Amino acid sequence: MAAIEVRGLVKRYGELQAVAGIDLTVLEGEVFALLGPNGAGKTTTVEILEGYRERTSGDVSVLGYDPGDAPREFRERIGIVLQETSVEQELTVAEALDIYGAIYPRRRATGELIELVGLTDKRDERVKTLSGGQRRRLELALGIVGDPDLIFLDEPTTGFDPSARRQAWTVIENLRSLGKTILLTTHYMDEAQHLSDRVAVIARGHIIAAGSPETIGGRADAKTMIRFKVAGVALDSLPLVPVRIDEGYVEIESGDPTRDLYTLTRWAMDNEIQLEDLVVNRPSLEDIYLQLTDDEVTA
Amino acid sequence: MTGRPSPLRLLRIQTVYQSKLFWRNPVSAFFTLAFPVMIFVVFSLVFGNERIPYLDITIAQYYAPSLAVFAAVSATYTNLAITTSYQRDLGILKRIRGTPLPAWIYMGGKIVSATYIALIGIVIMVGVGVAFYGLNLYGRTLPAAILTFLVGSFTFSALGLFISAVAPSGQAATAVANATLLPLAFFSGIFIVPAEDSPTWLRLVGDVFPLKHFNDAFFAAFDPQRTDAAFEWGHLAYMVLWGVIAAALAIRWFTWEPTAAGSTTRRRRASRVSA
Repeated sequence: MAAIEVRGLVKRYGELQAVAGIDLTVLEGEVFALLGPNGAGKTTTVEILEGYRERTSGDVSVLGYDPGDAPREFRERIGIVLQETSVEQELTVAEALDIYGAIYPRRRATGELIELVGLTDKRDERVKTLSGGQRRRLELALGIVGDPDLIFLDEPTTGFDPSARRQAWTVIENLRSLGKTILLTTHYMDEAQHLSDRVAVIARGHIIAAGSPETIGGRADAKTMIRFKVAGVALDSLPLVPVRIDEGYVEIESGDPTRDLYTLTRWAMDNEIQLEDLVVNRPSLEDIYLQLTDDEVTA
Repeated sequence: MTGRPSPLRLLRIQTVYQSKLFWRNPVSAFFTLAFPVMIFVVFSLVFGNERIPYLDITIAQYYAPSLAVFAAVSATYTNLAITTSYQRDLGILKRIRGTPLPAWIYMGGKIVSATYIALIGIVIMVGVGVAFYGLNLYGRTLPAAILTFLVGSFTFSALGLFISAVAPSGQAATAVANATLLPLAFFSGIFIVPAEDSPTWLRLVGDVFPLKHFNDAFFAAFDPQRTDAAFEWGHLAYMVLWGVIAAALAIRWFTWEPTAAGSTTRRRRASRVSA
């Protein structure tokens, strides 16, 4: 079953085409990450799915509803965590969760949520006294206070310190293990890699690549990079042909890293050569993302 | 699973919540509730409690209801215009819009809360008048006073929400609300007892806007020369007309999302937090 089904989605603002025909399917229980540079149409797309914005054309179904109508039943089943929303400064953490929770037919207990996002010692503090990261965690708690089936997370960990981010990831993983569907936008590729089942990259209003974080953009087929430094050796004596030599660093692309590493280390041992700073690397999601969005910009 | 909360329960929760926000903002609570009393005390000090010749009533008998009206309008019109606009700037309205809370219940909570605060303002003013300045109350006009208060609260709540619908930011709404209410209070007989021979244009300005009608209708219930129940149907009908038009335009033009002009409020607040 698809939680989100989008066909030919277009959004125009006057002359500007912000979303230029997007197809997207997010399955139930899936964590789906939408990646893309600022101004690529990411936020517009998500806000159409959330029911904030009207679309120009295309078919959109979210949990079986047309978000353009945004009926109350639809809003009762989704949770939204946005960048630009906030909660009244003069409320305490617990009050905010009580007031917003009271709106939903199904709700998660305030105490449980406060513990979940790690704000236990801030429970009775006014929102205005919270740090930026703590406010984002409160926003996350408010996003799931109605026990939603589908959760929209817009850059949920921006501004978090590393431990708060790990904690947020655990919250998101828990939601996923409860069978919730999550649509995530993020600028952190490690976050997308860590959390999502599938990712899509948007640029200039189009989806330019989609797939699992492991395979997107031909990542599965991409060659492994072997990189090291050698001193006092004639480079033409290397047993393999480098693709690049940069400030003493040698880079070799390998389609068969097990064999190539063996060849390389045997050569080094035989000749008593040190392979300094030896790194074996496959292109990260970030490398692929930068390559994809860079192609798009220069295209 | 607890089932969908009833509209009445939601309205109650929203009302309590909006009132809580009012009391936690001491500046607005002061200007809404204490400021009119201060003006009343100052006027009484300056003018004494003499009789206004051509109306043949005491200063307090005139100013207590007038400044009670001023307090009620501050609690509804000024308060709703400013807080709602700032809530939009800060993304609070956008967050509300993303929840299943029906818009009318959210707005209803604001209006009921503002009306409740307006009532407190009126009770304080009338209480001070009775306790210290010999203000006379008339049981037979109480129903008219209550009806006038309710109609006025509705009209000026609707006008406050109308201002928040058209003002691009909280700062703009603050300026517009104050720059309209204060001059109009002079034209409408709230700060100045209208002279017998006041110029026609002044009377016309007062007649066009709803504040004078609120003031006149409410004063009628405190007028010692009246012997009837003091229902001012003409004034009430005119206020309702203003209220209905304001509400319709507010609904038509209201936006929930921060505007470009309003988003500087949020950015400023955000940068102060991270600093």
